Amino acid sequence: MSFLTLTSIQKSFGPVQVVKDFNMGIEKGEFVSFLGPSGCGKTTILRMIAGFETPSGGTIQIGGTSQENLKPNQRNIGMVFQAYALFPNMNVADNVAFGLKIAGKPKAEIDARVKEMLGLIKLDHLAERYPYQMSGGQQQRVALARALAPKPQVLLLDEPLSALDAKIRVSLREEIRMIQQQLGITTVFVTHDQEEALSISDRIVVMNAGRADQIGTPYEIYNRPSTRFVASFVGTLNLIEAKVVDPATNRITIGDQGITLREPLGAVRAGDTVSLALRPEAGSIAEGAKGDTALSGEVISSNFLGSVIRTRMKVGESVISFDMFNSPGLVPPAVGDVVTLRFTASDLLIIRE
Amino acid sequence: MSIWARIAGWAALIFGLLYFFVPLGGLFEFSLKARRGVYSLDAYASVFADPQFQQTFGYSVIMALVTIVIGILIVVPTAYWVRLKMPWARPYVEFLTLMPLVIPAIVIVFGYIRLYNTSSWLPLTGSVMGTNILLAFGYTILALPYMYRAVDTGLRTIDVATLTEAAQSLGAGWATILGRVILPNVIPAVLSGAFLTFAIVIGEFTLAALLDRPAFGPYLQRVGANKAYEPFALSVIAFAITWGCLALIQLVSRFSKTAPRKA
Repeated sequence: MSFLTLTSIQKSFGPVQVVKDFNMGIEKGEFVSFLGPSGCGKTTILRMIAGFETPSGGTIQIGGTSQENLKPNQRNIGMVFQAYALFPNMNVADNVAFGLKIAGKPKAEIDARVKEMLGLIKLDHLAERYPYQMSGGQQQRVALARALAPKPQVLLLDEPLSALDAKIRVSLREEIRMIQQQLGITTVFVTHDQEEALSISDRIVVMNAGRADQIGTPYEIYNRPSTRFVASFVGTLNLIEAKVVDPATNRITIGDQGITLREPLGAVRAGDTVSLALRPEAGSIAEGAKGDTALSGEVISSNFLGSVIRTRMKVGESVISFDMFNSPGLVPPAVGDVVTLRFTASDLLIIRE
Repeated sequence: MSIWARIAGWAALIFGLLYFFVPLGGLFEFSLKARRGVYSLDAYASVFADPQFQQTFGYSVIMALVTIVIGILIVVPTAYWVRLKMPWARPYVEFLTLMPLVIPAIVIVFGYIRLYNTSSWLPLTGSVMGTNILLAFGYTILALPYMYRAVDTGLRTIDVATLTEAAQSLGAGWATILGRVILPNVIPAVLSGAFLTFAIVIGEFTLAALLDRPAFGPYLQRVGANKAYEPFALSVIAFAITWGCLALIQLVSRFSKTAPRKA
């Protein structure tokens, strides 16, 4: 049995069902990110784990104990909020010590733990500062130390990086991951930023309209999206409409170019339309390439994005983007050029939902 | 802005200041005329020497402090709970807290006397302590609009919901959250409400007179009816107390900007 188990979780606000039959098990020490757009139910699940919302149905168990009858202050769960939520009337040391004082720990133990926590977030020199005297990044690190100080069984992070600027966000997310691995604490992280989720998670739950569309490792989510939503939400993806020519041989056409897919088409008939996905970075220009792993089309735009050049070409009714790594000798294709894009057969995925 | 508009603005301001300060100046000047032919502080000396002044003023100060404590105990949890759990009820609670401004104090006190007289189920007016309690609650009602607004404004400056959840996730119960997280962060607002309450209680007449308690308000009225210069000196003192309270509110507001608060 998993350490944190969510079974058939449902939540409705009036007539609106925001979480629909959610099931998941999270192992001890695992870092799981809930990724999805606003209103998909990811924060509601987090708040139900914390005890701030009561599920309309289903059960939550932590370490084999049902959380149903426990109030938020009885669950021993650390939480970090998007708005930092440091107590303005307390300095850094007092903020970190708050949970320990509530737990009635002896003063010597509190002092030692506060010192340890401030050392962990490398802010021991700011123990006497008040929240208003610190930057957003520093405040969020203090919030993390405060949440970790009472040694919670689960750490919940509710979009903790959203209010920070881009550079701090990257460094802090790496710091969070490092601390999480160091302490081995089970962590649930809510974000709408796919890069954040992909970079620090053991597993990602992609949420859509109250359901988990896909649960998997960052690699699986990115390379093997199981639904159209996951494919379009995580990373940039070409969604290509293709016509089935022969289901038995997996033969399809994109525009007037025929391709035989490696993956079985499944229960479709000749003439049906299927959706295919192709990552922009999966293909490369290969003049003269032909066959089942190449598509030709006219370039309609070419944009310089720094490390890559993203080119869009038209193949039949579909527009396909592909990336080329920037290098000094690279001559990007011009608008109007006809180019051939080569890819491996396994890069072209069938999107079934 | 045209020159005429500017002149009209200044004229209005000067008229307003004169309208306000000339009577006050006259009041102050008259209070200094107790000794024939020269200005003196005789009226003030007489007032301060009067044991009744000290007694009634002391009584009103204690009642004001009791009222402030009751007000804080009632208003802070109420305003906090309304903001946290019942935001839909805010207009109704605000309406309720405004009632003392539209219901005269005399109506309230007659209601009290009728409800809590010696032949009622709770004969508070039957004892001095009971009447004092009744008076303190009456004052709390009168100060409610000011106290509630001050505290509610203070609560608006902090993220009540998130701070509460943060404290809960760290194991805090409601009493700890209110006492150690919420109240310390709205102290300047609570103090503003407290000073307004103090000013109201010090000058209040109706409740104290009709409940027959030795408060400062009825004393002011008695002195006014029987003496010549002392009432004016007392009026100046009352103004000074009110302005002192307002100055303290300003000071607390200024202090709050530099106090440890959320950035």
